[in-house]
Amino acid sequence: MDARVLNEVNYPAAGDRGGTPAQWVRTVDVSAENVVRIFGTTPALHGVSLDIGAGELVALLGPSGSGKTTLLRILAGLDVPTSGRVLFDGEDALKLTVQERNVGLVFQNYALFRHMTVLENIGFGLRVRPRIRRPSRREIRRRALELLDFVQLTGLEKRYPSQLSGGQRQRVAFARALAIEPRLLLLDEPFGALDAKVRRELRRWLLEIHTKTGHTTVFVTHDQEEALELADRVVVMSEGRIEQIGTPDEIYDKPNSPFVYSFIGESSVLPVRVEQGKVWLDEHPLDLAAGAVPSGPARLFFRPHDVEVGNDLPGAIPGVVQGLRRHGGARRVDLEVGGRGDRVEIELPADYSLNLSGRVAVLPRRYRLYPATTQTNLS
Amino acid sequence: MAGARGLALKRPSALPGFGLALGFTLTYLSLIVLIPLAALVLKSATLGFAGFWEIVTGARTLAALRLSFFTSLFAATVNAVFGTIIAWVLVRYQFPGRRLLDAFVDLPFALPTAVAGIALTALYAPNGWIGSWLAPLGIKIAYTPNGIAIALIFIGLPFVVRTVQPVLEEFDRELEEASATLGANRRQTVFRVMLPALLPAILTGFALALARAVGEYGSVIFIAGNLPFISEIAPLLIIIRLEEFGYAQAAAIGTAMLMISFGILLLVHLVQAWQRRRFGR
Repeated sequence: MDARVLNEVNYPAAGDRGGTPAQWVRTVDVSAENVVRIFGTTPALHGVSLDIGAGELVALLGPSGSGKTTLLRILAGLDVPTSGRVLFDGEDALKLTVQERNVGLVFQNYALFRHMTVLENIGFGLRVRPRIRRPSRREIRRRALELLDFVQLTGLEKRYPSQLSGGQRQRVAFARALAIEPRLLLLDEPFGALDAKVRRELRRWLLEIHTKTGHTTVFVTHDQEEALELADRVVVMSEGRIEQIGTPDEIYDKPNSPFVYSFIGESSVLPVRVEQGKVWLDEHPLDLAAGAVPSGPARLFFRPHDVEVGNDLPGAIPGVVQGLRRHGGARRVDLEVGGRGDRVEIELPADYSLNLSGRVAVLPRRYRLYPATTQTNLS
Repeated sequence: MAGARGLALKRPSALPGFGLALGFTLTYLSLIVLIPLAALVLKSATLGFAGFWEIVTGARTLAALRLSFFTSLFAATVNAVFGTIIAWVLVRYQFPGRRLLDAFVDLPFALPTAVAGIALTALYAPNGWIGSWLAPLGIKIAYTPNGIAIALIFIGLPFVVRTVQPVLEEFDRELEEASATLGANRRQTVFRVMLPALLPAILTGFALALARAVGEYGSVIFIAGNLPFISEIAPLLIIIRLEEFGYAQAAAIGTAMLMISFGILLLVHLVQAWQRRRFGR
């Protein structure tokens, strides 16, 4: 796709030793085709297929053990799939070694070289190039300093990693990965080790960097908020499979499985029954359409904040208030529903008056029904 | 006395027992290390400075000291290199017999050094298994400084292996992976990323091996040949002086060794402290 011009940083492409207007190296589109990875006898990936467009920012989201990091390592060339193909711009990437793949990888724990200064860390990828492709020492220094400005750490070039904060270290790790003019940027839980405030700052910063450089970027995270906020597309993974691929809106609003519904955002679940196109809670018909869900036991998913509350709503879910908690600008209410002691959580305005043990009826404004036979991995 | 008015050294701490622990440490160190060493220095002080200087700068003493320290430095250097390689192999590769090999590394610790000396002499003597192959080539090992070096390498080996091994085991794989994704080949990763990170441990092992080698007596005297000015080590000279009832002279040579060793170890520690300051832990 388009190689984007970067005006802010005068950063020459490979081979360009002059000071001409610079551009980042052409980034690639990436495809994984039916990638299987088996460790010993344990499968970590069961045939994963994924297409990532050039310049796209994609999140691999899933709980630990979902295979997201394994997939990332395979893209980086640090791991080899048991079977399947990986293509960069349609070319077989598996034939390339890690070094040849020219992929910028940023680790959760930064993996900075402690015995090198910040500047030496950033320039490392250029210094280890074979002589013919290696820029002059001066040029390496210049580019490293430029990248240091780019990641907004001007003036810290002589520090050692131990003298930096976590957020600063992560920026150095970014700069180091960008220095090799990568065709693809891979981030493994890039903000996982940082505290919440720094994490939010760095998220915004990452978006800026991505807009400026236009690298195809894949990042791994188990933080759904991070994935939804940053990514163009989110790949939800579970137990070595892709559950759903879609834009943050699609993932959040139209989760295609109970797993995705409960993994993304907050959710309340209620066991219900579908009969004759109607949804039943015990012997109580609900004012909800069953849609295409077949008759039989089903599970009703809804978001705690997506509910209507009242005492005389016909066809609503009746509940008894079991707990009240302040939650930011709203109030969370635990409701006991039905005779089996099922509990759901709803969210109400903080000024809504409710008493413990009071009765309340709730009707989800938006919801999804899944046949009860569909397995959830979370519950 | 009220707790608040304790020693100025004592700061409020979550760890109790500072006073007791420090007291114990000082008493123990004094009994085991400081008092004997002070006695050594005191004994040599009976010679007066001129007398001390005369003995220490005597030709035979100087030759022995030079031989002791140079062969020890050489042996410790060899151990630093090969000990690191052995540690590398033991940590990084899985192969049958690895654990057995791992156990062999400690043998120089366990063996009485005299036994080691005799065994090495038997091997490297001109009529020994190895010595008989080297003799026609004009290489003499036993009964020369070469033999001393061999013995010192033997006894110093475990120190480097055992200090480098745990550090290498803990070495963060991600650093190697980061280096590879940045385009570094294996050699570049080893020499530019890993060895610098291992250097403090290698230095510690080097210092320990050196200290051990300088003081070694048992194994060396069997293989050295013990010719004054050629293959007579300082610890042997001390024994010789003792047998001549020259206690003060023996103490003087001991004091000189002590000072040189202390100087070298201090230097190693300064280098390490400087590294720590730069890189953090």
